[in-house]
Amino acid sequence: RAFSEGNKNKQRIEKILVANRGEIACRITRTARRLGIQAVAVYSDADKDSLHVASADEAIRIGPPPPRLSYLNGASIVDAAIRSGAQAVHPGYGFLSESADFAQLCEDSGLTFIGPPASAIRDMGDKSASKRIMGAAGVPLVPGYHGDDQDIQRMKLEADKIGYPVLIKPTHGGGGKGMRIVHTPDEFAESFLAAQREAAASFGVNTILLEKYITRPRHIEVQIFGDKHGNVLHLYERDCSVQRRHQKIIEEAPAPNISTDFRAHLGQAAVSAAKAVNYYSAGTVEFIVDTVSDEFYFMEMNTRLQVEHPVTEMIVGQDLVEWQILVANGEALPLSQSQVPISGHAFEARIYAENVQKGFLPATGVLHHYHVPVSSAVRVETGVKEGDTVSMHYDPMIAKLVVWGENRAAALVKLNDSLSKFQVAGLPTNVNFLLKLANHRAFANGNVETHFIDNYKEDLFVDSNNSVSEKEAYEAARLNASLVAACLIEKEHFILARNPPGGSSLLPVWYSSPPFRVHHQAKRRMELEWDNEYGSGSSKIMKLTITYQPDGRYLIETEENGSPVLEVKATYVKDHYFRVEAGGVINDVNVAVYSKDQIRHIHIWQGSHHHCFREKLGLDISEDEESQYKPRVEASVNPRGTVVAPMAGLVVKVLVENKTRVEEGQPVLVLEAMKMEAPSSGYVHGLQVTVGEQVSDGSVLFSVKLQRMKYISNNANSCPSH
Amino acid sequence: MFGLIGRKANLLGGSGRRWLSLGATASTHGGAMEDLLAQLQSHIQKVLAGGGPEAIKRNRSRNKFLPRERIDRLLDPAASFLELSQLAGHDLYEEPLPSGGIVTGIGPVHGRLCMFVANDPTVKGGTYYPITVKKHLRAQEIAAQCKLPCVYLVDSGGAFLPKQADVFPDRENFGRIFYNQAVMSSQGIPQIALVLGSCTAGGAYIPAMADESVMVKGNGTIFLAGPPLVKAATGEEVSAEDLGGATVHCKTSGVSDYFAQDELHGLALGRNIIKNLHMAGKDVLANGLQNINHEYKEPLYDVNELRSIAPTDLKQQFDIRSVIDRIVDGSEFDEFKKLYGTTLVTGFARIFGQPVGIIGNNGILFNESALKGAHFIELCTQRNIPLVFLQNITGFMVGSKSEANGIAKSGAKMVMAVSCAKVPKVTIMVGGSFGAGNYAMCGRAYSPNFLFLWPNARISVMGGAQAAGVLVQIEKGNKKRQGVEWSKEEEEKFKAKVVEAYEREASPYYSTARLWDDGIIDPADTRRIIGLCISASLNRAIENTKYGVFRM
Repeated sequence: RAFSEGNKNKQRIEKILVANRGEIACRITRTARRLGIQAVAVYSDADKDSLHVASADEAIRIGPPPPRLSYLNGASIVDAAIRSGAQAVHPGYGFLSESADFAQLCEDSGLTFIGPPASAIRDMGDKSASKRIMGAAGVPLVPGYHGDDQDIQRMKLEADKIGYPVLIKPTHGGGGKGMRIVHTPDEFAESFLAAQREAAASFGVNTILLEKYITRPRHIEVQIFGDKHGNVLHLYERDCSVQRRHQKIIEEAPAPNISTDFRAHLGQAAVSAAKAVNYYSAGTVEFIVDTVSDEFYFMEMNTRLQVEHPVTEMIVGQDLVEWQILVANGEALPLSQSQVPISGHAFEARIYAENVQKGFLPATGVLHHYHVPVSSAVRVETGVKEGDTVSMHYDPMIAKLVVWGENRAAALVKLNDSLSKFQVAGLPTNVNFLLKLANHRAFANGNVETHFIDNYKEDLFVDSNNSVSEKEAYEAARLNASLVAACLIEKEHFILARNPPGGSSLLPVWYSSPPFRVHHQAKRRMELEWDNEYGSGSSKIMKLTITYQPDGRYLIETEENGSPVLEVKATYVKDHYFRVEAGGVINDVNVAVYSKDQIRHIHIWQGSHHHCFREKLGLDISEDEESQYKPRVEASVNPRGTVVAPMAGLVVKVLVENKTRVEEGQPVLVLEAMKMEAPSSGYVHGLQVTVGEQVSDGSVLFSVKLQRMKYISNNANSCPSH
Repeated sequence: MFGLIGRKANLLGGSGRRWLSLGATASTHGGAMEDLLAQLQSHIQKVLAGGGPEAIKRNRSRNKFLPRERIDRLLDPAASFLELSQLAGHDLYEEPLPSGGIVTGIGPVHGRLCMFVANDPTVKGGTYYPITVKKHLRAQEIAAQCKLPCVYLVDSGGAFLPKQADVFPDRENFGRIFYNQAVMSSQGIPQIALVLGSCTAGGAYIPAMADESVMVKGNGTIFLAGPPLVKAATGEEVSAEDLGGATVHCKTSGVSDYFAQDELHGLALGRNIIKNLHMAGKDVLANGLQNINHEYKEPLYDVNELRSIAPTDLKQQFDIRSVIDRIVDGSEFDEFKKLYGTTLVTGFARIFGQPVGIIGNNGILFNESALKGAHFIELCTQRNIPLVFLQNITGFMVGSKSEANGIAKSGAKMVMAVSCAKVPKVTIMVGGSFGAGNYAMCGRAYSPNFLFLWPNARISVMGGAQAAGVLVQIEKGNKKRQGVEWSKEEEEKFKAKVVEAYEREASPYYSTARLWDDGIIDPADTRRIIGLCISASLNRAIENTKYGVFRM
C-alpha cells in the first residue's frame, strides 16, 4: 500500500512515552494499553506517587517539580523516550504539545511525534500568520479594516462594509483606551475622531483599526482529524462558551441551538483550515460565532488533542487517541466524512481545585476524600486519587466529568446528578458553582455565550445582603449538621460494637446503641462550625445536643430558642455511605471525615447539597478516628511558638534571619501569597527555608522562642488546645 | 426536605417514659406496674436534677460540669454507664439528698471498665452524709470485688459536720474510704483522683492517697484546713488558691501530679491516665472471658413484657421461667433437674454470650428445692459459671413434716453453697424476698457482686400480715398474763400498725434509700443490667471456691 513505503524504516508503534501528567497522561495510557501498546510515564519529583505513574507500564524521572525543569524539558523527555525504547511520544495537551521545536526534536531523534507536523504547529502558533493563511484559504475571518489609509471617508466606507456595530480600536496601546463601539453609521464620524484624539494623547500614535463588534459571541470549535495521506475530516463541533477567567469550565457537543446547515458550514470551514496547513492528527479549529447574525469567524487553530475532546468522543463513539496512534503509524483514517456517526449529546464539566468566592483563584491541598460518581455513560477523567495532593506546580484541575445522554436535556439531567455526587473534601472546589451553572434555566435552554457567567452572576453567586437566602442557607446547614451528628454517632457505635477501644476484650454490650443509662437517656454534645460558602463567608458555631432514643433514633436539638427538634434515624451502610430518615423522608447521605491540626473536617453530601463543618478535637482523640491522612507533622506535636506551613507552597521571601528579635505579628517570611508572621514576640529559631524553596503542607518553617528560653510558669503542664 | 417533629418544650416531659408505649403486650399486671414505674420515674427525675436550678447555675458559673456530665466526658464516646443506687438517701433525712450527694457507677474508658465516684457539689456542697459515705464505700467494695480502677471526681466539702457522729468514727465510716484506697492500691487496683473542686480536710486524703491525681486550675483545692481554719489556728491569712490550688500542689507540694487548665482539660488528662494503665489483670481477664460467644441471639420474647409479668400483688404466683425467657440469649434455657424440687428453677443459659447459671424461685423452698439449689451452685462454681439469682421467695416450708425432714439442714446446705461460691453472683429481686429465703437466694448479706430490685419487690423477715399475726399472739399472751382485756378494735389497730410498718419498711424505696441494694430497676432493663454486671464481675479471674462443712 501507498503508506507502507514511506514508513518502512519506522517500526510500528509498540511503546509510547506519554510526555505529560495528570488525567491526560492517564487517559492516553488507557488507550495505549487497550491497544496492547506499552505506556511509559514521565514524572517530576512531585509526581512520583501519582496516578499517571502508577497506571503506566514504566515510568522515568525527568526532573524536579517546576515544569520548566521537567515536563517542559524537551531534551530530558526525548532522552527518557530513547532510554525506555519507545518508538513514539504523545505530548497530551499543554506543556510541549504545541511546541514545534519539540515535535521536530522527536522526529530528529527517530521518535514519532503523535501529533501534527511541526510545520503546521509553527504556522498555527503565530496568530497573525495563521489568520493570513486562513484568509487566503477562504476561511471566514472577523471582518475588519487594518489598512494604512486613515482618511475618515475611507474609514467610514470600511465601517459600512463591515456592518454595524463596529469596534473602533487604536492599533497601539491597550486597556480599552480609545476604544469605541459604534452602533449606527451616524455616530461613526464623531466616535472616530474622538478615538483618534484619545489615541494620540495616550499613545502618541493615532492609527485606528476597525473590527466587527460581536455583541453576543459564542465560542464554537470543530474537531478535525487528518491523516498522512491528505485526508481530513471533521468530527462535529463543541460549544465551549461558558468560561471563567478566559478558561472553559463546561463544554458540550454538539453545540446547542444551531442548524444542520450551519453545522455543515462550520465543519467545511474547519476542514479547509486544516487542509491549508497540510494538517494531520487531531486538531481543533476555534470559531467565534455572532449569535445575532449567525455568522462565524476563524479565531485560531489548536494543533493538539484538546482538554474537552471526550465530549466529541462521546457523540461519535470513537477513541481519538486511538486515531492519533493510527495516523502516527501512517494508516489512513478509519472513516470517511459521511461515515462519521453522531449520536446524542455530551457535556464535560471541569472540576477545579479553586476558590470560587475569591475570583476562582486556584487552590491547593490534599484530597482527603475523593469519591466520583460511576454509572453508565458517565466518564470521569482524573489524574488524582484519594490522598493525593493538588500542588501549585501544575494545573489545579482535579478531573473532567463527562456525561452522555440521548439528547441535551437527558445529558443535562445526568450532568446535574453526577455533579451532586462528585465528592471532594480537603480543598475547595468549583463543584457547587458548576451545579448552579448547570441548573441555571438559561443554560438549560442552551442560551450559552461567552459572557454567560457575567450575565447571570446574581443567580450564580449568592448575594450576602440577601437575608432570605442567608437564612435558608443556615436552615439547610443546621439540618445537615443534625444529619452529620446522627451519622457520625451511628458509625461510631457500629465500629465500637465490633472493635471495642483499647483492643480490649470488653464485652461489646458496653458499646451498644443506644448507650445504656439507668432510668434516663444518654446525651451527646457536638459543636460544629459551619462556613457559609455562598453567603457572607462568616462562620457559625452550631451547638447540638443529641439524645439517644430507646429505638435507636437520635433526637437532635440546636442551642437556639425555639429551634425545632429533629428526630433522625441513621443507618450506616459502609465506608462513607449512610441512609437517614428524618421527618418521614428517607434518603442517602454521604459523610466523609478527616482530621487535620486538631480539627475534624466533616463533609456531608445529601441530595444536591454539600456542606462542610469543622469540629475541634479534644486532647484525646478517639481511636476510631478515620484520619488516615494525618499530616506527618501535626501542629499539636510542635512546641509552642512553632510556625508550620498552612499549605504547600513556594517560599517567596525570607524577611529575617535566625536569632533575630521579632514582635508578635511581624512578618517573618512570605509563602506564596501568605505572610507567615511571628506568633509571639521573641527570637526566631530554626529558620532554615530559603527563597525559592518548596515547602509541604504542615512542615515546620521556624519557631519563635522567648528570650533565653525563659520558663513560662503556668503553662508547664498545659497543652496547646483542647 | 425533612419535616420537624415538634418543639423543644413539649419534648421535655416525654423523655424517659418509654414504657407508656407498652401497647397490646401488657397483660393484667401491666397497669399496676406502669403506675409503679411512673412513680419511680418521678423520683428519678428529681434526683437527676441534683441540687436544683440555683445550685446548678452556680456550678456552671464556675465552669464546672455536673457529676453525670463529668462522667459522660470521661467515658468512651458511645459507652454505656451502669449507675448505682440513684435513690440512695431517698426520704432518709429531713431534707432531700438527691442520689445521696454522690454519683457512682461503672463504665469503660479506653476499653477498660472503671468505677466512678463523683461528688455532687450541687447537693449540700458535696458533703458526706452517712449515706454518702455508705454509697462511696459500696462503690469501693464493688471495685475491689471486680478489680475495677477507681476514678474519684472530687468536689466535696468533706464530712457533713452536724452528723459527724454517724460519719466519722465507726469502722464503716469516712476513714474507711482511705483505708480502701490504700488496700486496693496495694492489690494493684489503680486509684485515680481528679480534683475538680474543693477537697477539704479528710477529703484531702482522696487525692493524696490516689496513685495519680489531676488538679484543675482555679477550681481544684486541696488542704487539710481551709483559709478560715488556718486563720483561726495560726492567724495566717491566705487565699484558697495560694493555700492549696493546683499550682501549689503540682509545682511545690507534689500532692498532685497533673495540672489542668480547666475542667475539660482535667477530664481529658483523666482519660489519658486510664489509657496508660497497664494492669497485670489483662491475662486473667482473658481467662474469665474464654467461654464467651460474641455472636448471640436476642431473646425470642420482648424484654418490655417483663413489666407486665411481675405481679404487684405478691400473693399471685407466676412462673419464673417467663422472666428467664426474656432475659437469656435466644430464650434458650437448659434446665437442670427440672422434675425434682420444682419450686426452685435451675439451669444454664447465656446472657449477651456470657454463660450463666440461673436460680429462680417458683414457690416456697422445700427440702428438695434447697438440695437442688446447693447442687446446682456446686456445679456452677466447679465450672466457673457466674450465678444469677431471681428472687421471688416467701421462705422455706414450715411445719412439723418439714422440720422432721430436716428443712433447716437442707436450707443450711444451700446457704453454705451460696456463701462460699466465689463465682460472680448477681441477685435480682423480682418479687418477694422474705425470711431465710432471702439468705438462700443470695440476699445482701451474702455479698452478691450486684443486687437490684424491681419496683414491685418487697423485703422483710416475713410478710406484714404474718408478722402481725405472730405479734398479736405474743401481745395477747402478754396482756393475758397481765390480766388486761384486749378489745377486738385494739387488736385490729395493733395489727394495722404492724402491717403498716412492715409495708413501709418492706418497700423497695426503704431498701434502696438505705443502700440495701444497688438500685431499683425497670424490669425491661433486667437483661441489660445483668449482662453489664456479669461483664464487670468477670473483670477479674474467678477464685476457686472452697466450701465449709456441709451438714449431711
